[in-house]
Amino acid sequence: MKILVCICPVPDTTTKIAFADNNTHFSTQGVTFIINPYDEWYGIVRALELKEAGVATDVHLITVGKADAEPVIRKALALGGDEAIRIDTDSNDTYAVAAQIAEYAKTVGYDLVLCGKESIDYNNGSVGAMVAELLDMNYIGFASKIDVAGGVATVKREIEGGEETDSCNLPVVISCQKGVAEARIPNMRGIMAARTKPLKVVPPAAIDTLSSIVAYELPPAKQGVKMVPAENMDELVRLLHEEAKVI
Amino acid sequence: MSVLVLVEHSGGVFKKKSLEAVQYAANIAKGLGTTVTAVAVGDADNANMQGLGQYGATKVLHTTDTRLNEFNSRAYTKVMLAAAQKEGAKVIVGLHDTVGKAVTPRLAARLKAGLVAGAVSYPDLSKGFVVKKNVFSGKAFAFVNVTSDVKVITLMPNTFAVVKGEGSATVENLDVAFEDKDFSVKVVETSKASGSVPLSEAELVVSGGRGLKGPENWYVLEALAKELGAALACSRPVADSHWRPHNEHVGQTGGTIRPNLYIAVGISGAIQHLAGVNGSKTIVVINKDPEAPFFKAADYGVLGDAMEVVPRLTEAVKKFKGN
Repeated sequence: MKILVCICPVPDTTTKIAFADNNTHFSTQGVTFIINPYDEWYGIVRALELKEAGVATDVHLITVGKADAEPVIRKALALGGDEAIRIDTDSNDTYAVAAQIAEYAKTVGYDLVLCGKESIDYNNGSVGAMVAELLDMNYIGFASKIDVAGGVATVKREIEGGEETDSCNLPVVISCQKGVAEARIPNMRGIMAARTKPLKVVPPAAIDTLSSIVAYELPPAKQGVKMVPAENMDELVRLLHEEAKVI
Repeated sequence: MSVLVLVEHSGGVFKKKSLEAVQYAANIAKGLGTTVTAVAVGDADNANMQGLGQYGATKVLHTTDTRLNEFNSRAYTKVMLAAAQKEGAKVIVGLHDTVGKAVTPRLAARLKAGLVAGAVSYPDLSKGFVVKKNVFSGKAFAFVNVTSDVKVITLMPNTFAVVKGEGSATVENLDVAFEDKDFSVKVVETSKASGSVPLSEAELVVSGGRGLKGPENWYVLEALAKELGAALACSRPVADSHWRPHNEHVGQTGGTIRPNLYIAVGISGAIQHLAGVNGSKTIVVINKDPEAPFFKAADYGVLGDAMEVVPRLTEAVKKFKGN
């Protein structure tokens, strides 16, 4: 069984977001990029566990990005995985990213494609389901537990107000969230091994871009907090009712 | 040419966020000089479907098949595709929730339509088709211009207040030729928390952090939430310590919510936590540490011990509701 894990470099979670060029570009100055936590903690680690358990034969990691994405891919390879693929193009358009991944995936034929439930930068959460459609595969979103045996995936996933367990035949695309696996820290052997693992740079397929970000905006600053004495919760209720009008 | 909107129901009753989506679609349709067609799947109630007219739908296309009672992204996508073809839809609206996030990307990929996921504004047609959305988990907004012929938008729930109007929608059956593979995902088991408000669509949220000291103290938050009719949430350390289930975790690596009122108790307000909740319309912070950064992001602050302040607030709410 071959597994493809989609990974996305994202700004570190502590990043203070700022924009450049008249708010048309995200300012990457001084920003540390990490593997999107949902891709790393859950997708990559679960794929590795399935390989260690003898269920999977190959674990490939794929990202769509320019050369500046390579340090993040090396970090991902240090966790494990047999090879990495970088599609040499950059885009904020979900369709363009998904279509690039799908084009490559077609040439290999994966049984299981894992991705995070969303990337913490653009929060679209759309690439996985798009890849599933483009490859005519099943899709299960928001997984918190993934088991694969005998060509069948059994997946516990979040639904509105609860959880359900689904099962379906492979191939399937699954988006991962907390619960799927426990985060791992790469060890020295992994880091050394990652240096010599294959990192294939693939020229992009001819794919149309269907959307683009034209501007950014920071949320408006709060007016300043109004402190209410701890003894006077009637006053807080009054303010919430009369001033904020939320209760 | 109409604007299409996928509506979700629970036991035949349409969810509030779906009414919001219909109203959102209706406002887009008005700008484009067209009408709204809602798409309902499964055992939706006829009177309730007609009732979508009160939120701006002119027509409801309804597809029934017993197999649709279990969610399958392929089957739902096929229904939406059939509806889009029938209506010649150029704009398709869904919700940014577990259903919408599985269906709309499939649909967009199939139609080669640009997708805006998690919209918080109407499209600005003066500059193309520009929609504002959350990015960096609530730390910022991006304006996305969609350039494809067909456009797909998922609306962030609780972005617009829902206003009930007049009107009745006509209901038409939509026959869809399904294949076996459309139902290839089988539901083995379902467990739903009964009676509680789902966090993603809650208007009021009471949330706790490490300052509560332990899960045994959560009863004060539960009492307040019950009195308000609010959902419960928590910060990441609380979920990581298994004090509370991880589906209550809000923040950059948990859920992003935008309730009308967010009451944060014993949460210091790390940047990752703020990211998930700063879309809230009003934020109340209760903390005994005057240096807690969350106070800077709050509308109202109470400096004090949670175990004393929260029960007092619960009593005050009870008194207010009694009047």
